[in-house]
This record gives sequence, structure tokens and C-alpha cells, in this order.
Amino acid sequence: MGKFLHSFFSPLGFRRALPQVWDGFQTNVKLMVIAELLVLVLALLVAIARGLPGRGSLPLRGLAIAYTDFFRGTPLILVAYVCGLGIPALQISVISTQSLFTYGVVSLTLVYTAYVTEVYRAGIESVHPSQRMAARSLGLTYAQALRHVVLPQAIRRVVPPLLNDFIGLQKDTAIITVIGVTDALAQAGFYSNDFFLYTGYTVAAVFFVLLTIPFARFTDHLIKEREGRERAQLV
Amino acid sequence: MSDGFVQVSDVSKRFGELQVLHDVDLNVGLHQVVCLIGASGSGKSTLLRCINLLEKVDQGTIVVDGEEITNGTCDVNALRRKIGIVFQAFNLFPHMTVLDNITLAPRKARGLQKRKAEARARELLARIGLQDKAAEFPDRLSGGQQQRVAIVRALAMNPTLMLLDEITSALDPQLVSEVLDLVRELATTGMTMIIATHEMSFAREVANKVCFLDGGVILEEGPPEQIFSAPREERTREFLARVIEAGRL
Repeated sequence: MGKFLHSFFSPLGFRRALPQVWDGFQTNVKLMVIAELLVLVLALLVAIARGLPGRGSLPLRGLAIAYTDFFRGTPLILVAYVCGLGIPALQISVISTQSLFTYGVVSLTLVYTAYVTEVYRAGIESVHPSQRMAARSLGLTYAQALRHVVLPQAIRRVVPPLLNDFIGLQKDTAIITVIGVTDALAQAGFYSNDFFLYTGYTVAAVFFVLLTIPFARFTDHLIKEREGRERAQLV
Repeated sequence: MSDGFVQVSDVSKRFGELQVLHDVDLNVGLHQVVCLIGASGSGKSTLLRCINLLEKVDQGTIVVDGEEITNGTCDVNALRRKIGIVFQAFNLFPHMTVLDNITLAPRKARGLQKRKAEARARELLARIGLQDKAAEFPDRLSGGQQQRVAIVRALAMNPTLMLLDEITSALDPQLVSEVLDLVRELATTGMTMIIATHEMSFAREVANKVCFLDGGVILEEGPPEQIFSAPREERTREFLARVIEAGRL
């Protein structure tokens, strides 16, 4: 027991590891913010492409379906290896000479866009068809009806599941360590190798938890607020 | 029959196995009010939806204001800007205020300036006595108020034709009259209207012509006095007898 406490919860180790892991954790935060912003925009575009009507948009629709199917089914760690180690090895100009951080962002974005596309799509489909019909019957185009009537309602509905996926993304930034990005996990590893103490991992865990808790509470708050609103409408 | 503002000729429509409209002919003159009566499922709503191309006809032609709309080359959005339609379920946009509901289409589809669109919307709201509801969201309004806002939303596009699809069917009985009053007022301004309705005494009072639909066919049409007092067809008599029994005439 004493050995366990010493190994994972050494006060001295905590103080020593803190600045080093914090240094790496900033990379996780950067990965997270950039990937989340990209995912928010790209997933919306893919979701819209999936819902396009008519035969003319069939190729685009097919492409969107193939993309989401493929990247929802592929482990992030695999995508990270392919992007971070495979692409540089191809030695294509520009594409193969990006930083490891960039490949990390690309991996996270590729995988999480596929998830979030489905979230958006569920939201779009939850808006009753009569809303779109009412908008179209007023003379609005397909795009206008989508932009002003369908999407505002859809997005409002999917904010809680969206935040949930972002909690997943925050944690998964640690996977990017496998391609050599020096993040919190990497720094914790360096520390444990130097001092034969695992307290660095504990420090990293604390950082991740502190980052996700506000997100989780905010999501709970939004869900509760919506329940209240819906109950008020039933009266 | 070529002088009609709306001319429906020989129109058929089926949903899978179900023949919803069968060789329907309908002629509506400018400033006329035509009421479509008949049981649910007789094709009233589908006929209205075909006229603003929310449904595509399988066969036949529809001409609105001298333009054939069923030949596939018609600009759907331009057509719908000229035709207002109001639905049974109101279909207001729940995420927008009453004012935004009314001004959305004039601004986006007609390119009207926000200030002008809002002035016009307030004017229309004042006409129906709801000027103080401009900033409210639809779920704060009664059903009757919501439906009147839906009518005003359609009117804000300055349509030349209004299609009303059972607009009082989802309302509590005490809220029906405020909506019908507004439609009456519209009729007196000379608005051309095609109204699918179960309100028989209203149809009798406001219509220039009443059409009885049965199984996707216009079985009988004529002036309201004739249809309601001396129907020629046995099916019309049966339908009206049932309506009277239900206390709706």
C-alpha cells in the first residue's frame, strides 16, 4: 500500500511533475480546440451533403456515407499511425512535411467528424418535415429553408450530444502521443522514466478530469433546461 | 372555361397503390372563393398541395394565372411566392418570434429590406389585433392566435391566391370563429381562395362555389345553396346528412 501511494501519489513527485505535465497538457488543449472547431464545421457540411435531395447529388451523398461509415469504424489510434507515420513516409511535397501536431489534428478531425456528422444528421431528421414544407411553401429555396428553418432547430437540439462527443475528443487527444507529439501523457512518461515514479500519470489524469468536468456539468444543465421547457409546453 | 384564374384539368395523383385524385377538373375565377368539402381522405388536401407544387401531379395540367405549372419548367419558388398556403397544424417556426416568422419569407425570398418587411408585418398584425404579440414566440400564443399569425405570414408575401387546408380542424371550438372571421374579411377584399374545410355553415356563407370530393373525384359542384339544399348526388346527400347528425351544419 505504501509503495502504491508512493508510486502514484508522492507529494514531492506531484510538485515536480506538475510543471512538466502542464507543459505537455497545453498541447492537448491546443489539439482539442483546433480539432473541435474543424469538426463543428466539417461535420455540418458532411451532414448537409448526406441529406441533399435529388439524383444529381447522389455521388456527393454516396461519398458522405462512405466517409462516415469508414471513419466511424476505424480506431483512432490506427488513423493516427497512418497519418503521423505513414503520410510522412510517402515523401509527397507539402503533404508529407507537416508537423506531427498537424497530423494529430488531422487524425482527430477525420475520426470525430464522422461521429459528429451522425449527431447533426439525427438533429436535422428530428425537425418535423412540415417545417421544411412550410418554409418551401412560402417560396424559400431548399438552401434558405435549411439555413433559416431546419438547421437552427436541429443544432439547438443536438448541443448536449455534441458536447458529449467533445468530451470524448478531449480525452482522445492523449492517443496522439503514439505518433510522437509531446503531450501531457508523453511528459508524464518522461517523468516516470526519469524518477521511477508514476505520479506524473496521476497529474495528467487530474488535468484531463478537470477539463471534462465543466463540460459534463454544462451538458447536464442544458438537458435539464430543455426538459423544463418541454414540460412547460405540455401544460 | 378558359378564363379561370386557376384551372385544374384532368389531374390524377396516386401515392403507391392509393389513387388520391382521379381525373379532377376544377376552375376557379379571379376573386372567387371555392370551398372543397368531403370526408377526410377524399383528396382535398392533396388537390391543394398539387396547386402549389408541394405534390407533383401524375397526369393532367394545372394553370395558375395563365401559366402552366405542371409542365416541369415552372419556377417552383416564384410560383410559391404568389400562392399562400395555410395548414391545419399552423406550422409556425418555433425558434422565431412572431415578427420573424412573418418577415422571413419577404426578406429572404423577395429581398425586402428588414425595416420595410417589419413595418408591413406590424401593419398586418395590427389588422388582426395581435400587434402586442410581435416579440412573442409561437408557443406563447393560443391555437387561434397561431393560426391567424400563419395566415398573416402567408399574406405578407402579397399572394394572389390563398389555399387554406382545413385551417380550423386543429383548433378548440371556441377559437374557430376568430380564424374564420379573418378568412371572411379576406374574402371581402377580393382574395381568390380555395378552402378545404369541414365548417359547412362557413362554406355556405363565404363560398361562390362548393365542390364535394369523394374518393379522389369531384362528384358534384355548384353554388352553395344548391349543394347544401338540393344536392343532386346520393353520396353528397349521405355526407351532408352525416355532417348534420354531427351537429356541424
